Amino acid sequence: MMAMLYNDKVIKHFTDPHNVGEMQNPDGEGIYGSPVCGDMMKISIKVEDDVIVDAKFKTFGCGSAIASSSVATDMIKGKTIEDALKITNQDVLDELGGLPSIKVHCSVLADHAIRSAIYDYARRAGKYYAGLEGFDPNADEDDREHGCDMENK
Amino acid sequence: MKRQVYLDYSATTPVKDEVLQAMLPYFTQNFGNPSSLYSIGQEAKQALEEARERVAALIGANVREIFFTSSGTEADNWAVIEAAESRAKKGKHIITTKIEHHALLHSCEYLEKKGFSVTYLDIDGEGFVDPALLERALTDETTLVSIMFANNEIGTVQPIEKLAEIAKKRGALFHTDAVQALGNIPIDVRALGVDLLSVSAHKIYGPKGIGALYIRKGVSLPSHVHGGGQENKKRAGTENLTGIVGFGKAAELSARDLNAHIEKLTELRNYFLDKIRENIPDIQVNGNLTHRLPGNLNVTFKYIEGEALLLLLDLDGIAVSTGSACSSASLTPSHVLTALGVPVEMIHGSLRFTVGDFTTKEDIDYTVNCLIKNVEKLRNISSVSKEKGW
Repeated sequence: MMAMLYNDKVIKHFTDPHNVGEMQNPDGEGIYGSPVCGDMMKISIKVEDDVIVDAKFKTFGCGSAIASSSVATDMIKGKTIEDALKITNQDVLDELGGLPSIKVHCSVLADHAIRSAIYDYARRAGKYYAGLEGFDPNADEDDREHGCDMENK
Repeated sequence: MKRQVYLDYSATTPVKDEVLQAMLPYFTQNFGNPSSLYSIGQEAKQALEEARERVAALIGANVREIFFTSSGTEADNWAVIEAAESRAKKGKHIITTKIEHHALLHSCEYLEKKGFSVTYLDIDGEGFVDPALLERALTDETTLVSIMFANNEIGTVQPIEKLAEIAKKRGALFHTDAVQALGNIPIDVRALGVDLLSVSAHKIYGPKGIGALYIRKGVSLPSHVHGGGQENKKRAGTENLTGIVGFGKAAELSARDLNAHIEKLTELRNYFLDKIRENIPDIQVNGNLTHRLPGNLNVTFKYIEGEALLLLLDLDGIAVSTGSACSSASLTPSHVLTALGVPVEMIHGSLRFTVGDFTTKEDIDYTVNCLIKNVEKLRNISSVSKEKGW
């Protein structure tokens, strides 16, 4: 079955994802992807004393996009902003225990969405984080492995 | 044990027991090579010819017009590439559609690399090729028109008789990929007026690895597999005897039960669609519902992604397929739904359900319940919704 393509941890995070939902008065919000590309993740964060105390997500996307959203929000909860900014796609992938190679691009969503949410928080709170240096939440998505053929055409 | 529901009969079908029983002796006792002159060889030859008669009968062809191949794909490749190349002196233009199977599209791409030009006809919003478009696309250089009989994703059935007539008026050969149509709608090659037609056994409860090409008497088509004298010297290689016998049996059963099969599948499909419409908001049916394969249903569930839904259904024991980019090896969304004009974000949320001879009403009820549960679950997770829009 299709489910055989994924390991148990991915299936668990997909069928019973953590941190699904929206937040009342979030301190920061980030969106990455688009429905046209097949996946769009939205992350909301609550921040206290530079620590992410809560994170929620909503994702339109395939099974691994949902699983990586779940894992990524788990990973940033309780972390300082600077530590959360250090999370890479590979970290999310490792935490999931790997994805089929064709699906690896899905975990890229989480990394970018986290940065976007922190960027939004920093802008609202008037803060500066070295880890955001050079980050543009509206940059082209061409760093994604499968890009988005339909939009680029 | 968890209920297992197979709703992907367009992908392939299980081999019916009668078919398997017919095949079995040809693995062991009647294993002879049909080219051998002694008795067990000639017995095999006889079984092969009986199977050919049955396949011919299913499409109204003469027995000498059926040539066995390894698959529908091989039949498509053979028909299109050899027909085009052998007529290159007359012209190097062929016409097909944007919704063909890759067996056809990739054969056309191959021909393009060899210097042929190919026109890919659009379909309308219902899933049909407009005969007027074909009429306009034909030129003096056009040697071949290939238009699929029924589409594998949305099941729409093309007006083949009309299209073939238009092509032939301009002196072009007409080929149709009837792999999905076979055993699901009546096919009569004489009435249709087609020159070449591809079929496959594993879509009609026969085994995988066996297909056939109908070549109308009088149409010249060079061999594309060179070797011995099999298949009237047109397709060399020791015959897949067990596969051919299985194809013959499946064709016989299909011809016998065609009306009941169509009636049953149409009823189940319509019941399924009614249940979906009653219970799940924000859906869209893709493609015309009237001129369509009886078992096919293609539905977009808005605001969610198809691979995720396919995966949840799989965990519930239900097998379906999707047009979503995320599930395909190429990571591109369905070319058929794209041609149909379905917005890309909605293509990602499309599922294809195909019911078949072993599907029951209980299977449909179970599937609808799982769909309700899983669509709601994914919509709750989704970052898009009716209120927020795409």
